[in-house]
Amino acid sequence: MAGYDKRFSGRKFDEMREIEAKVGVIKRADGSALFRMGDTIAIAAVYGPRELHPRFLQNPETGILRCNYDMTSFSVPERKRPGPNRRGVEISLVTEKALLPVLELKQFPNAVVDVFVEIVQANAGTRCAGISAAALALAHAGIPMKDLVSAVSVGKVSGKVLIDLDKEEEDVDDATDIPIAMTGRKQEITLLQLDGNLAKKDLMEAIKLAKQGCEKINKIQQKALKDAYKSVKNE
Amino acid sequence: MTKLLINEREIVVPGEELAEGMDFLPSHGTYRDKDKIVSSKLGVVSVNKTIIKVIPLTGRYMPKIDDIVIGRVIEIGFYGWSVDIGSAYPATLSIRDATEFIDKGENLTKYYDYGDILAAQVIRTTRYNSIDITTKGPGLKKLSGGKVIEVTPSKVPRMIGKQGSMISMIKDATGCNILIGQNGRVWIKGTNLENENLVTKTIMKIEEESHIDGLTDKIKKLLESKK
Repeated sequence: MAGYDKRFSGRKFDEMREIEAKVGVIKRADGSALFRMGDTIAIAAVYGPRELHPRFLQNPETGILRCNYDMTSFSVPERKRPGPNRRGVEISLVTEKALLPVLELKQFPNAVVDVFVEIVQANAGTRCAGISAAALALAHAGIPMKDLVSAVSVGKVSGKVLIDLDKEEEDVDDATDIPIAMTGRKQEITLLQLDGNLAKKDLMEAIKLAKQGCEKINKIQQKALKDAYKSVKNE
Repeated sequence: MTKLLINEREIVVPGEELAEGMDFLPSHGTYRDKDKIVSSKLGVVSVNKTIIKVIPLTGRYMPKIDDIVIGRVIEIGFYGWSVDIGSAYPATLSIRDATEFIDKGENLTKYYDYGDILAAQVIRTTRYNSIDITTKGPGLKKLSGGKVIEVTPSKVPRMIGKQGSMISMIKDATGCNILIGQNGRVWIKGTNLENENLVTKTIMKIEEESHIDGLTDKIKKLLESKK
């Protein structure tokens, strides 16, 4: 394919899909959130801080974070075998590492904060939607955190650097997908994954795009959290 | 160059900058980053002269000394009882803080058994991970019968109302025994099921609409219409 002048979806190269964020979607959880980017929908639930069992996993110096990422079997065109798999384990781990820098779990020694991310509908960028949802759910659960985390995927498709790839773009032969997560206030990168070939110049451009994208996502996250409690203010 | 970046009583989210300059001091739910004070919780800002804090809107119950809480016995050991009070860690009720004198080696289930609901008071907390409670004191006892419902701990003051106006109104209207724990658990015991259900419904309504002005009047109407 020579030159990618117009995106399949008709979006601009620096345009993200439509984003929707909502907190409090799971009643019995301590905190929960839904985050949608186009056709990708992630739901996150947070339980805790609570006692950690088995005991040998406890850390008397700090609380720990446990993330669990999974996709529902109906989230993809071809049925996904339910339960954890190699990919799920990896994404659980990177989600944990992307969120841990902002959390202040020192106040909860021996305890655990459990985060469950479930993808109910997938159209690329699931780990990014998952991280954005998890950050919202953590804030909603009242866990002390220095900042929110927003994530977006950027990449290069047929020679064009662009933001928020969808499945169609991801499946192009020479596509490179780079999920990036960063904090909201200082825009410090907490996750960057890259496999594929990319020139340094393109990577820097991609990161710049991601910064713009995350800034927008951060605004949407803030709004979602505030809207859930807006009415309390007028008390 | 000192400036407040946010109005008092405004809702803030983690990572939101609250104030600039060294004249302000960060308190609960906030932290200092160089010359800025930043929120670390989802909550409402409260400014007291130069001290800024964020009162959380959500989250687990954080035990405070002298709080009356409602808990469930989850474990019995040689030392006493472990009680789940909805906090991050279970509370400990040691033998000497329970009712009367208890002989060494006595069967503790005689006093409080697994699954029993207790009204207790927090007497000690050490950096959150060890909470001591007592059942010695007026009104502190095993709660038998009735039922327990859970609400968000931050809405407890609203349930009680000014000088207990809300709670006594519900009590008068339904004739139920109601006990509200600071940990967001409410114990209800009435003469019949209808009354208990009416209290449950009322409390759920208060939780949902805790932000509305004139809630007390609204609840009054609700209670009267059901009578």
